[in-house]
Amino acid sequence: MTPLLEVRNLKKYFRVRAGLLHAVDDVSFTLDKGKTLGVVGESGCGKTTLGRTVLHLTEPTDGQIFFEGKDITSPTKNELRRLREDMQIIFQDPYSSLNPRMSVSETIMEPLILRGDMTKTEMFAEVRKLMDTVGIASRFENAYPHELDGGRRQRIGIARALALEPKFIVCDEPVSALDVSIQAQIINLMLDLQEERGLTYLFITHDLSVVKYISDDIMVMYLGQVVEKAPADELFANTLHPYSQALLSAIPIPSIRHKQERILLRGEITSPVNPEPGCRFMARCQYAAEECKQPQKLEESSPGHYVLCCRYKEINNL
Amino acid sequence: MKRQRKKSRLSEIWRQLKKNKLAVVALFVLILLVLVAILAPLLAPYPYSQQNPKLSNAGPSAQHLLGNDKLGRDILSRLIYGTRQSLAMGVVSVAIAAVIGITIGAIAGYYGGWVDNLSMRLLDIYQAVPMFLLSVSLAAIMGPSLRNAIIALGIGTVPGYARIMRASVLTVREKEYIEAAKAINAGDGRIILKHVIPNAIGPMIVQITMGVGSCILAGSALSFIGLGAQPPVPEWGAMISEARNVMREHPTHALYPGICVMISVLACNLLGDGLRDALDPRLKN
Repeated sequence: MTPLLEVRNLKKYFRVRAGLLHAVDDVSFTLDKGKTLGVVGESGCGKTTLGRTVLHLTEPTDGQIFFEGKDITSPTKNELRRLREDMQIIFQDPYSSLNPRMSVSETIMEPLILRGDMTKTEMFAEVRKLMDTVGIASRFENAYPHELDGGRRQRIGIARALALEPKFIVCDEPVSALDVSIQAQIINLMLDLQEERGLTYLFITHDLSVVKYISDDIMVMYLGQVVEKAPADELFANTLHPYSQALLSAIPIPSIRHKQERILLRGEITSPVNPEPGCRFMARCQYAAEECKQPQKLEESSPGHYVLCCRYKEINNL
Repeated sequence: MKRQRKKSRLSEIWRQLKKNKLAVVALFVLILLVLVAILAPLLAPYPYSQQNPKLSNAGPSAQHLLGNDKLGRDILSRLIYGTRQSLAMGVVSVAIAAVIGITIGAIAGYYGGWVDNLSMRLLDIYQAVPMFLLSVSLAAIMGPSLRNAIIALGIGTVPGYARIMRASVLTVREKEYIEAAKAINAGDGRIILKHVIPNAIGPMIVQITMGVGSCILAGSALSFIGLGAQPPVPEWGAMISEARNVMREHPTHALYPGICVMISVLACNLLGDGLRDALDPRLKN
């Protein structure tokens, strides 16, 4: 079976005053239909840029993207139009992702108007249906975003993304701006939608407890590179990369008896502008050695588990 | 229901504006001026061009409350009719400037890059010539008439509007709903018209209100030097100009239209100030 989405050696560099900013550097992954790939990493590690590049909201610098087996790296205008009906995005901040001058129904209807294959009545009916699907009462139809709370706004964002019946959705930290109780509601909604519609998610987040709950595979990013990639359970059971270990140790454990051993990272995140060829995590890694200055290669430690660290065997006593 | 919402946004602005008494007074003065302009033929006791040589430079009387000018025309009637010309100068020229400015500013701000650089550098050159000098030259080239003066003023004041719009668009452009619109296949034209301009137009309202005042003033100045309204059509600036020769003997002839200009410009500026405060969400409580 061809995967729904395949990304090969994707690179996105931004030209800044000081040089080239490596936002996404040589990222590859495949994503099967109906699955969720969680992308975790701290702010500025390029996870958002990765999502936007896949959707062609920014153009990739290098690499290839395949959707349903078709190369979509540099689509024509028409191809991009059709592609965007299949690929949508849900944004992080429900306060800035909705146009404050457009009512709820106008916002949800806009993608339908732009696709232009429905009559006005059909569109209104479709909007009602979408509102029902994401759980917004129809009395909010004419409300404006500022009158709604964060959870409802995020539901509108989801309804807008669903309007074109996409196959693949990039979820760019869809819950990190919400209250914890509302986070759970939204995540459950997204899981239900995935089940009903067979959606495929690229789920970007920095919240590890969320990613464990929702993902089939997890990809840990650091400074534009994938440092570890594995099925979710495997990653949590056998964390190999020192950065992932530090990251996972930061998940709070809800138990008073359990003494948590946290790995505290020292130092600042290295600049992503013109990085050195060696391991990018070296400056903060407690296991750093001379060999880490060499360019690193992604190695498969066990089937499906990849790690970008030349010393992972020594560190983990394998 | 939708209309109700729109109304509630207006009533919110009105609630904020009410706190500023000066702005409310200014608003009523402006409404009054507009009414005077519309109802001029009903309000004015005499036609503006009716001459009466016997009453040349006559002082105030029961028939002619503010007296008569050199040609014996009723000054009050001329002031009332002059409201039309002066307000037209202010409103129409600002409308021209705002439409062109919003277009340039929105395009420059939205596309950024070389489009932005090119248009802003052109505006730099444009602004290097003083606005009034530019308007005078344009009006002189096109020939003296009220219409040409309005066009000249409109063209002369474009850069201010374009710059404010551009700055405001720059902040709106970064919002995620712009990216969301791109993701659902909205074209640039639709994004600019439906998403960018409605959200970026706020700061323009203040600029437009104040702009009306300064264009009334500049329009009077153009008329004063003979490039605006042509006789016998009354215009405040032109009336001051005509009164120039008899200024020593009859200073009131120049004073009355001067007061009219002052009141209308002041009202525009005070309302603009009030609106700026009312529209600023940081001042809400």
